Amino acid sequence: MKPARFGYARPDTLDGALAILAEQGVEAAILAGGQSLMPMLNLRMARPGLLLDINRIPGLDAIALSGGVLTIGARARHAEVLASPLVREAAPMLVQALAHVAHPAIRNRGTLGGSLALADPAAEMPACITALGATLVVASARGERRIAAETFFLGVYATTLEPDELVLRVEIPAISPGWSHGFHEVARRHGDYAMAGLALALHREGSRVVEARIAFCGVEAATRRQAEVEAVLVAQGAEAACAALAGLDAMAGAEVTAAHRIHLARVLLRRALGQA
Amino acid sequence: MSPDTSLPENGWIGRPLPRAATRRLIEGRGRYTDDHAAKGELHAAFLRSPFPHAAFRIVDRDAARALPGIRAVLVAEDLAGLCRSWRCESRAFPGLVSPEQGPLARDRAVYQGEPVVLVLADSRAVAEDGLELIGIDWEELPAVTDAAAALEASSPPAHQGLASNLGWRTEFGDGDVEAAFAVAALVVETQLTFTRHTGVPLEARAVLASYDPSAEALEVRLSHQIPHQMQVHLAELLGLPMGRVRVIAGDVGGGFGIKMHVYPDEVAICAASRLVGRPVRYVCDRIEAMMADIHAREHVMRARMAVDAEGRILAFDLDDIQGLGAYSVYPRSSTVEAMSVLRAVGAPYRFDAYRARLRCALQNKVPTGQYRSVGHPIGCATTERLVELAARARGEDPLEFRRRNLVPEAIMPWTNPAGGRMASLSHAACLAEFERLVDLPVLRAEIAAMRAQGRCVGLGLAAVVEYTASGPAAYGLAHVPVAAMDTVVVTLEPTGDLVVRASVAEIGQGIQQGIVQVVADAVGIATSRVTIHTGDTGNAPHGGGAWASRGAAIGGEAAWGAGRKLRAEILAAAAALLQSAPERLNLRDGQVIDATGMPRMALADLAATVFFRGHELPAGLQPQFTATQQYRREEDVFLTTNGFQASLVEVDTDTGLVTALRHWVVGDCGRLINPLLVDEQVRGGVVQGIGEALLEACRYDAGNGQFLTGTLADYLLPMADNAPDITVGHVETPYAGSVLGAKGAGEAGTCGAPAAVLNAVNDALASLGAHVSEMPITPAVILRALGTLEAAP
Repeated sequence: MKPARFGYARPDTLDGALAILAEQGVEAAILAGGQSLMPMLNLRMARPGLLLDINRIPGLDAIALSGGVLTIGARARHAEVLASPLVREAAPMLVQALAHVAHPAIRNRGTLGGSLALADPAAEMPACITALGATLVVASARGERRIAAETFFLGVYATTLEPDELVLRVEIPAISPGWSHGFHEVARRHGDYAMAGLALALHREGSRVVEARIAFCGVEAATRRQAEVEAVLVAQGAEAACAALAGLDAMAGAEVTAAHRIHLARVLLRRALGQA
Repeated sequence: MSPDTSLPENGWIGRPLPRAATRRLIEGRGRYTDDHAAKGELHAAFLRSPFPHAAFRIVDRDAARALPGIRAVLVAEDLAGLCRSWRCESRAFPGLVSPEQGPLARDRAVYQGEPVVLVLADSRAVAEDGLELIGIDWEELPAVTDAAAALEASSPPAHQGLASNLGWRTEFGDGDVEAAFAVAALVVETQLTFTRHTGVPLEARAVLASYDPSAEALEVRLSHQIPHQMQVHLAELLGLPMGRVRVIAGDVGGGFGIKMHVYPDEVAICAASRLVGRPVRYVCDRIEAMMADIHAREHVMRARMAVDAEGRILAFDLDDIQGLGAYSVYPRSSTVEAMSVLRAVGAPYRFDAYRARLRCALQNKVPTGQYRSVGHPIGCATTERLVELAARARGEDPLEFRRRNLVPEAIMPWTNPAGGRMASLSHAACLAEFERLVDLPVLRAEIAAMRAQGRCVGLGLAAVVEYTASGPAAYGLAHVPVAAMDTVVVTLEPTGDLVVRASVAEIGQGIQQGIVQVVADAVGIATSRVTIHTGDTGNAPHGGGAWASRGAAIGGEAAWGAGRKLRAEILAAAAALLQSAPERLNLRDGQVIDATGMPRMALADLAATVFFRGHELPAGLQPQFTATQQYRREEDVFLTTNGFQASLVEVDTDTGLVTALRHWVVGDCGRLINPLLVDEQVRGGVVQGIGEALLEACRYDAGNGQFLTGTLADYLLPMADNAPDITVGHVETPYAGSVLGAKGAGEAGTCGAPAAVLNAVNDALASLGAHVSEMPITPAVILRALGTLEAAP
């Protein structure tokens, strides 16, 4: 279980990294925390010609809250995001979700940007930033580009990121008055890949949900805003929203069938709406 | 003189001492096989069959050979002249079908992960690069995976040319089963399905073989439970005298039965070292370990039990199908597990008749073999599920049903109709201690309160009997070369310290500490002055190693005997120097004392006199300060142990997740040499049993037979937060046939935990009219039982 041969570059500047990506982007894999990449290298499931280590580039891990926008650098470690008072204030969903992300040793290395760029369908962070209505800011030698989270994820390990692009940061609208955040998941053991996970933001007036933002992980191949479910929830309430989950295009597997995932999505939504 | 057999008052035996190796291991100073480097070593990697069943032709080795750093690309034919093939045979299982095996597959691979090509290189990474350049034409053949389907006439053969996949079959029992079922007031029956799992030691299997062509000698560092067994087999397979094969198992990071077999890859490494005349190192990857270490416990058990109107068990009738794998594991056989399953059924109880039918199916899967508490967890789960069903059908407290049916002490020793010999089992005392520990009235009130809150909780019980510490007849009658004896050598050093060399094996379970405590008491010296060496065939004479919870019961006896012999020599020498008589002297805490307790001579002074100033000794005095004892038990093929377990679980009926909330164990393993070590062996075993019940499964694709659980993200082990609080209690009934009276302890937790959890889950589900009969009890199993999900196709 040793990786195939690869080149290695560790630029000190963003421009340096983008120049390398412009030249070798298709061949390159970006190394940030390495918590998914290293096992895939060792299993030879990933065989990049070049490992581009971005750990020396300054400024990629900043967390800031300004003008109602929470900005998290792509290389911010999960542990840093989890511990950040700014994140707790502006995006409590992330704090709830990160408690489910693996274990402390992995959270100490794993990064927000890495999780988003990898787009594992069972990962928590893509569902969160989708539900939060975040924007990814990505860069290449061609310039910067802003991508709405809800259009970013295309499928299993597939995103709209171009081979020469690097995720710089994520911009998340801070939670507004009247809104609440929730994240819930079902996993076989704490920290495992979710069999199903639910990220939701609700705007209530009294007990009535007047606006909702919902995304799942571990259910469909690509996380997405569940606009239809949200609309049903607002118009017809919780039970109707749970029924509407029948329309999910759930992944099938030997251990967890599609019907099983939809059932769990429904359990999560019903429980979350009961609690919230 | 015959040794004094009285254990000292307030001695070291029975003290809950942490083991001496703990600090070294915790500080990261353990030296496992991969921590040793040999000068000039090559690194090995195996091309393993990616298919469960395939014919193959190796068409290109040149591209790999051309890669810089690659030193050899070896196939079966290259090793054939250096290494014999082998075949699992046992007189206990006449007619067993298990084809010939070699270190590398030849022409056909019969399980996924079977070693096919061996690459030697300057580094493991380069060796793995080399694997990718080997050209092989594969022709996939139909794969046989499901054990029951394998036995159907329409099944393709697991090995080409086999008329059927029936590896072995037997029917046995005693008493009139038909009559018992005919008169029974109640018949309960069940079909239980057990999915394969495996042992997953922290340290994967590893081997560093160094063949010295000038000495024609092989030295092998091996992560193994039984170095002496491997010395026998490597000498035989490689055609070397035993004395020129040295097997060294240094620190071993867990075994669980996984490391007690002859593995083709390990033999291939030894043969390759001989071929190239250089040391060769191979460390199993986790993914290789998951697919090519032995698996265990693939059974489909149909069982029924007859009960009379008074609620007494009359008979068991069993029909078991075991998934054997592609071969019966060498040398001990895979069939042993199935026989352990069947012999464990009914073991705690009195009954009149028993009939078992066993069919072992050859499959295109890795061989199954002995895993902690071999077979017992399945026998126990089968029995205890039936008992639970019977109690429920009678509307009776399940503990009372058990109490009525336990083998009464008055009839022991008793050989039950399954052929199991029950001797000095302390069922009544264990049950009393169990009831005290669990406090059932309080617990049942707690459960009622939780249920009133809408929580789906359940309590499961299990009575446990385990056959431990196998004696010589267990494998001896089968003509399988397995030592059920042990050798211990105790040497007095010139400083008055003791060095112990023992054939028991330390694999993390702490047996070294236990042996040290025994020797300290046997001689009369503090444990801090006793050092022990195990695991090296060059250091300790032949013996059994680590299996069947045998270390304390068998190795402990040898240690006591060796220590007592040495003590007698010491006292005889001291008496000569002190002009006293040995019987007027004693040895305590390293001091020779007289009858009044007055110190007369320090052991260190005596030792220095004997070793350095022998001219001062009286004429004719030749003290033998190295004492050896070899011990085999003559009575009782097994030492049966007994106990009870209880599990409290909570089922999330929405998600199907099961949480183990609490667990209780009471056991009688005879004399407790070190209660701390026993408690933690029990707890570790329980956690492994919970893993078996709820999480662990080796899965194969039902269609193409591909192995699906090759990583620890797919194969779920219990982690710390899956382990409930485990309360452990003991009853101590020393085995009357030995000095120390120790029986086996290390596997007891695993034996009963799956049964207790199964019963607890079914107790929880009972009010919903649901039950489960499959392990592991995954969320999907629960949700299907509840009708939330459709039954599996």
